[in-house]
Amino acid sequence: MKSRDEKRWGIASHLILIILSLLALLPFILLIVASFTDNATAVTEGYSYFPSKWSLDAFVYIGRNAAMIFRAYGITILVTVIGTALGLIITTLYAYMLSKKRLPGRTALTIFVVITMLFNGGLVPTYIVYASIFHIRNTIWALIIPSLLMNGFNVILVKNYFENSIPAELYESARIDGAGELFIFARIALPLSKPILATVGLLMGIAYWNDWQNGMYYLDDASLYSIQNILNQINQNISYLASSGVSGVSMVDLPTTTIRMAIAFVGILPILIAYPFFQKNFAKGITMGSVKG
Amino acid sequence: MNRAKKKKTDWKHWLPFYLMGVPGFIYLLINNYLPLAGLQIAFKQFNYRDGMWGSKWNDFENFTYLLGSDDIKIILRNTILYNLVFIVVGMVLGVAVAILLNEVKNKIAKQFYQTVILLPYLMSMVIVAYLAYAYLAPESGMINGILSALGMDKIDFYRESKFWPFILLFINQWKTIGFGMILYYSSLVGISKDYYEAAMLDGASKWQQIRYITLPLLKPTIITLLILNCGNIMRSDFGLFYQVPQNSGMLYSVTDTIDTYVYRMLMINNDIGVSSAAGFIQSIVGFVLVLTVNAIIRKLDKDNALF
Repeated sequence: MKSRDEKRWGIASHLILIILSLLALLPFILLIVASFTDNATAVTEGYSYFPSKWSLDAFVYIGRNAAMIFRAYGITILVTVIGTALGLIITTLYAYMLSKKRLPGRTALTIFVVITMLFNGGLVPTYIVYASIFHIRNTIWALIIPSLLMNGFNVILVKNYFENSIPAELYESARIDGAGELFIFARIALPLSKPILATVGLLMGIAYWNDWQNGMYYLDDASLYSIQNILNQINQNISYLASSGVSGVSMVDLPTTTIRMAIAFVGILPILIAYPFFQKNFAKGITMGSVKG
Repeated sequence: MNRAKKKKTDWKHWLPFYLMGVPGFIYLLINNYLPLAGLQIAFKQFNYRDGMWGSKWNDFENFTYLLGSDDIKIILRNTILYNLVFIVVGMVLGVAVAILLNEVKNKIAKQFYQTVILLPYLMSMVIVAYLAYAYLAPESGMINGILSALGMDKIDFYRESKFWPFILLFINQWKTIGFGMILYYSSLVGISKDYYEAAMLDGASKWQQIRYITLPLLKPTIITLLILNCGNIMRSDFGLFYQVPQNSGMLYSVTDTIDTYVYRMLMINNDIGVSSAAGFIQSIVGFVLVLTVNAIIRKLDKDNALF
């Protein structure tokens, strides 16, 4: 039997959470509706959930310019896959080294990571290191290497997993059977660490997919732009669309008011579709990452 | 002799592990430690030809210039005040929503709320800037559409600074509330059901249970997170302050933070001196804050200290 008090709380909770859910969703719905709105209508009446005239014009224009979007998606996917794979590899290897409790110099090697979590050189020296020492500007590596490849928090997360979730006896018995260290790492430690690798990999993948800052700092060459960089560029300057080769269309004819929203819609569509499938892992990653390792 | 021999075999045993650490070690060296060494350019007259080691020292000229300008006051004020408000409001809302989520017994509904409310957290700030633009655009924004339909004057949001403290707070909370909810919810579900059952037998109302059981038991988590966040008070969310106000110059008085300032001075004004000086202050004060914060947490609750 539920008390009245309990019932009231139940209803209030649902009510408030429904409102919050709506608040979270409504901007996305406006974005989608706006991209299907007739341009002239959007200009005179403003973006609206209930436009008086609908139209596919924005998508027709994007379709003519599909090469740019496809290229940008290709780069986003390439960068996300390479970055996540490389990052996961070097993170896991370093974490595995740190997880060996009797390793000489282990404390120093751990502090080496912890310092990077506390002290940060900031944008200026980082930019100068990458731009003037490593000449990374206008290469695909600019989107992969700076800042995102490996971070201390992930190293500590994976290290703790190796230490706490894999029984030491497993390592011992493998060693007694004469297995080499690399074999033990590849055949025992890695397969048993799938959950943490999946979570950390997901967090890294999202960071790469969403990144626009590296492109903004290190790229002038638009042919290397990821989808986020294209969106960033259009946001800064809507005429970028016209200048970047919508063939035979002058700026005047572009339905810029709705095309802006349509292109953002195309930009988030894959993530909206994929999100429900990785939502659980994403939430798990958040809880793990925030409480220190 | 014996000892030397033992040591030699040891190194051979450990060698594969050191080799595993090499790529990560090199990466941190380049990505984190070289820039730390590069902080010295704040004291130099930097030019690309001589690089960060070869450029000439110029005493404290960069700092004298920066500290003499009004910019530094504005960016420090904005960075710190916004962060304080974000931290406090985020904590209150996060805890409140987590408690409400905990009241929902239907599993499917709970899953749905969690998924939807976390969605904005997944989006990049570029996307968020588009979403904000749909409401705030000077001509086509939804708010202005409604205003003009009602026969009122349109508001040019991207030129009117007075609205932005509220807009930025709203967007910050909109984007991060799911994160806070999940965080506090995960420590809420760890509270033993026994407490609540005992309280209910004693006739405690829901509100009393929250007031006298949930909140006190959440307190350590709340305090730890609050203090940890204060360690990052010099770092602002670059995307929020750069993308969402569309980098509009009319709004700098309320949207410019250390991070947007450093970016603008470095990339747009090409003034490496001033931007490196501002970055230097951010890094050093940030470092001191993190150490202080960690020392405080260590005293309160050793398990939650970072080191």
